[in-house]
Amino acid sequence: MNQLEKEEYLREYALLKAKGKPFFPYAIAKDSAMAVITLIVIILMSLILGAELGPKADPTTTTYVPRPEWYFFFLFEVLRIIKPPEFVPMATIGVPTLCMILLFLLPFYDRSAERRPERRPIATAAGILTIFAMAYLTFLGANAGSPNEIDMAPPADLKGAALTEWNQGRLVVAQSGCLACHQIGENGNHGPGPRLTHIARNLPAAAIAQTLRNPTAPMPSFQRLSDTEPEKFNAMVQFLGSLK
Amino acid sequence: MPRFRLPTPSRPAALQSKAKRPAGANGPSGPVETAAEGGIHVVDWLDERTSLSGGLRWMMFRKVPKGTNWFYTLGSATMFAFLSQAVTGIFLAMYYDPSPTRAYESVRYIVNDAFLGEFVRGMHRWGSSVMVILICLHMARTFFFGAYKYPRELNWVIGVALLILTFAMSFTGYLLPFDQRSYWATIVGVNINGTGPLVGPYLSDFLRAGPEFGATTLSRFYAIHMMLVPGLIAALMGAHLYLVAKLGTTAPPWMRAEREKSLIEDEV
Repeated sequence: MNQLEKEEYLREYALLKAKGKPFFPYAIAKDSAMAVITLIVIILMSLILGAELGPKADPTTTTYVPRPEWYFFFLFEVLRIIKPPEFVPMATIGVPTLCMILLFLLPFYDRSAERRPERRPIATAAGILTIFAMAYLTFLGANAGSPNEIDMAPPADLKGAALTEWNQGRLVVAQSGCLACHQIGENGNHGPGPRLTHIARNLPAAAIAQTLRNPTAPMPSFQRLSDTEPEKFNAMVQFLGSLK
Repeated sequence: MPRFRLPTPSRPAALQSKAKRPAGANGPSGPVETAAEGGIHVVDWLDERTSLSGGLRWMMFRKVPKGTNWFYTLGSATMFAFLSQAVTGIFLAMYYDPSPTRAYESVRYIVNDAFLGEFVRGMHRWGSSVMVILICLHMARTFFFGAYKYPRELNWVIGVALLILTFAMSFTGYLLPFDQRSYWATIVGVNINGTGPLVGPYLSDFLRAGPEFGATTLSRFYAIHMMLVPGLIAALMGAHLYLVAKLGTTAPPWMRAEREKSLIEDEV
């Protein structure tokens, strides 16, 4: 915007303003009506949706799937999409920081004098794209399963109690955070631990149990789980032993 | 058939309302007038010492350009949602106890036992969603109408800061009920902060009040949630409003001022 455009805008605006109505009571009336609507919406949401309180926080559980408030879903989804560990800092801080800087500096790089949305095709298209991208990411984030869920079908020959145990083992493995360092099929991270997709080809079940109890650092030991809840531990071993 | 109408008889003299007489030299002539005079005295007294009336007149009787529509109420609605959050937050703070051992019980007391507790907590909980939606709509309006352009660039920057602070409010408030959902979501959120470059680890250490999630983490989140961020929001909102009043509300971008004929002739 050069000096001429600035002065032209100020002159035009002064004329429009002179033709306008005073803030009080005209704009105040609309604002008050909107405030009443806002309050009614909040009250109705409170009455209809309530304020239920979940179970008390328990730092020792490993079974809880963290979910953020819905307006953080898009951020949550960006994290899920960007998987390789070397890109994670970029996803967590890089992308949001970049977006924030772009937002802050908007008036300094969009310096054209035009204000009508239909005559600013790039800005309008970028704005609409951003809205759609965020809506899409929010939708994906809302429908996404747990980040530490193992998505795979059981072996075909498993039936009855063995199948139940296999499913329980799958759940325990997922909830124990194994996927942070290991990959099982399409699930989990590439490293630093070895891939477990075909672990049972190299290790028999007894050796898997031994490794779980007495692992190489930095993997945590599952000795306590095997002492306190042996059925969970056995399910874990059975599940891992089925990965051929 | 012609209809006749009798003139209504005049009311008896005792019931006729008397014409108002201006207060003469003898001072006010009735209780209403006395009260009005008293009010004027108080306002005069305040104005003599503060000179507020000029500022108020400047704020309230500034002109709003032709063509402003309902889209222009989104900003004030966001402010109203913030005020609602502040009021409900004060009532919740009367019962809330930010210690890891007592926090959950105090929230449960609010929900189950306190008078209207669940209602107020619901208003606070859903009010945050309403505020986020309104602030995003307000920003979309500003963006699509090109209202961030000269001379309102600085107000856009303040507005983005307010947006980020609003998300910070939501993030710090999420932990406070101290149920499973809030606890684990916050752990993840703080860890995400920690993966950031340079300041990341320091930021998450600051949020956790140490390398681990500990006893003082909750009171730290509470202090940030109810003092630091709301204070910043209130201050920035004041600056935002001042700039709106000073620079004027934008007109919709398609509005064009009609030039008067005499002015056009002057231009030629």
